[in-house]
Amino acid sequence: MADSKTAGGGGFYGNLGKIYGGYAGGFIVFTLILAVLEQMGVPNKIIGYCFVILTIGVYAYIGILSRTMDLSEYYVAGRKVPALYNGMATGADWMSAASFISMAGGIYLGGFNALGYVLGWTGGYVLVGILLAPYLRKFGQFTVPDFLGTRYEGNGARLCGVVVLFCASFTYIVAQCFGIGIITSRFLGIPFEVAIFVGLLGILVCSMLGGMRAVTWTQVAQYIILIISYLVPVVWLSTKLYGVPIPELTYGQALDQIAQLETKLGVVKHYVDAFTDAKGQFSWVEFNNFWALVLCLMIGTASLPHILMRYFTTPSVREARTSVAWSIFFIFLLYFTAPAYASFAKLEVYQNVIGQPIANLPAWVQNWSQVGGLLTIKDGNSDGILQLSEFIINQDIIVLSMPEIAGLPYVVSGLVAAGGLAAALSTADGLLLAIANALSHDVYYKMIDPKASTARRLIVARGLLVGVALIAAAVAGTRPSGIIQMVAWAFSLAAAGLFAPLVLGIWWKRTTKIGAISGMVSGFGICLFYLVMTRYWPAEFKAMFGTDLWWGIRNISSAVFGLPAAFAVTYVVSLMTPEPSKEMQAFVDSIRTPGGAVVPHAA
Amino acid sequence: MAQKLDTAQMHKYWTKTSRLMWTIFALWIFFSFVAPLFAVQLNTIKFLGFPLGFYMAAQGSLLAFVVLCVWNAISQNKIDEEFGVQED
Repeated sequence: MADSKTAGGGGFYGNLGKIYGGYAGGFIVFTLILAVLEQMGVPNKIIGYCFVILTIGVYAYIGILSRTMDLSEYYVAGRKVPALYNGMATGADWMSAASFISMAGGIYLGGFNALGYVLGWTGGYVLVGILLAPYLRKFGQFTVPDFLGTRYEGNGARLCGVVVLFCASFTYIVAQCFGIGIITSRFLGIPFEVAIFVGLLGILVCSMLGGMRAVTWTQVAQYIILIISYLVPVVWLSTKLYGVPIPELTYGQALDQIAQLETKLGVVKHYVDAFTDAKGQFSWVEFNNFWALVLCLMIGTASLPHILMRYFTTPSVREARTSVAWSIFFIFLLYFTAPAYASFAKLEVYQNVIGQPIANLPAWVQNWSQVGGLLTIKDGNSDGILQLSEFIINQDIIVLSMPEIAGLPYVVSGLVAAGGLAAALSTADGLLLAIANALSHDVYYKMIDPKASTARRLIVARGLLVGVALIAAAVAGTRPSGIIQMVAWAFSLAAAGLFAPLVLGIWWKRTTKIGAISGMVSGFGICLFYLVMTRYWPAEFKAMFGTDLWWGIRNISSAVFGLPAAFAVTYVVSLMTPEPSKEMQAFVDSIRTPGGAVVPHAA
Repeated sequence: MAQKLDTAQMHKYWTKTSRLMWTIFALWIFFSFVAPLFAVQLNTIKFLGFPLGFYMAAQGSLLAFVVLCVWNAISQNKIDEEFGVQED
């Protein structure tokens, strides 16, 4: 086949293990060489440059090698991605700047309460596996709105799907651009606003020419880099502190030491205590927010189109299921390490930073202070000694600065930067593709010009990709909010708008077109209303309801209100409207079984 | 070669599939919501050097999720083969 990747299609797919094994080995050797160069006195700045530029270069190379003019290759990587590799690609697609850069930082600052992110961002895969992925794979089209348009007969549901997809994915991608900006700005030493656009080039070269195929094979490469670079500093510290290279086992001791230091430093909100407020007391508001967040993140996982569409690329339904298991395993590797990362960072700060003379603080403090106010040191009582309350660190830089805080060689910092960049780029690519595919395939091809030629469709897809990317980068330049908050909004929006119609469409044959559309509109509407009002018009919200927040639930968990509405409205309206046709019921049966053909159903 | 199931067989197949789904769903609820519900109480117990409540939310439940996904893949494949609806 003309579109085979390197030395013939069979050659590439048959040698995946060798290719990526060699690549991982090459990356390790590259890191070791830089480590040696650092010892020989090569300046930090050069090390940072090497990591950022060379890794982006590799992704660009893969992206260009995977260029394609074939529709199925562009939209679903030709449905040839084996379960294991799709699992890795999903891992990279999934773990974004929020997981890599911010999550451990969130745990560092929030302690137990932030473990809601760890739970919420893993458990959703159980739902993906049992409720959705195999059935969507059997359906076998290009996009998630495709499914809605077919199951709910027409462009109404398709358009609703596209709107939700766009809102959720766009919010998400802005957060990624923000993360990319932080890293490129810090490690290339250029202004934040410029850095975002430099990073953007890295996203575009990966996805523009090769669509899903290029994104898949770069994501596998990015997963390998991000997991190595996340594990290295934590394993290193675990060995340094406790002599055992398995951080997941040793950080229990760090928790003990943190507890002792908390007493010494007079911290009232203990790190490991569950559901405590700022004063360290048990709080029902924190308790409720924990559940709300876990629920929204899990349901959001099972609703985000850029994740669901990864399971369109496996060769079979069986592989789609296996691939879900691989995905959560690869994701688990990072997630169960994150609390260790946070705990070691906390211990290092308490032990080696607080209580030091401010004049003696190492260079990293200076370097990070220059990146957009993310680290502030203010000698409040002018005693020249750093107090805990005088050290204000943003959660988005904890992971990136921890190797320097802990005094590890600078090469580890560069490594972590490369990993953070891989995480942000890979997710941004997946999201960008989800948006551009929905606009080009669902809106342009299915709704505007069904007669468009293949070449024209691919040109439109690429044009939209670049356009959306530029807008996202421009929005990120205005620094709308913190990374983790923007990402959590995206999850809520997707959960409220898409979960009910997708799940009910497969599991409840009685769901009707009108029922699904009303459910989507009401669920998404309520969620969006709550989010936007509490975020941008809190005074008006209070005037309307006499309270700042409904039951104290923060707007990152807005879907808690949208989800029940979506299910209830879909249910009631479906029962009020005529039962779906026999053909539609046969269609549902045909996607429920892996074998056999999908019963064609004219939309 | 996978064949098309008649209505009765399809019903049976889907009952079995649904039962597996609901079983895993219930366990998912347990590890996502019920176990961490008692985090305050569990934190008084030490497990592998960790307060147990913290451990469950940071590692224990996550491990359970991985196991649930693997279990789902294996069992559902078996059900498919039993009814002869697996892919060729």
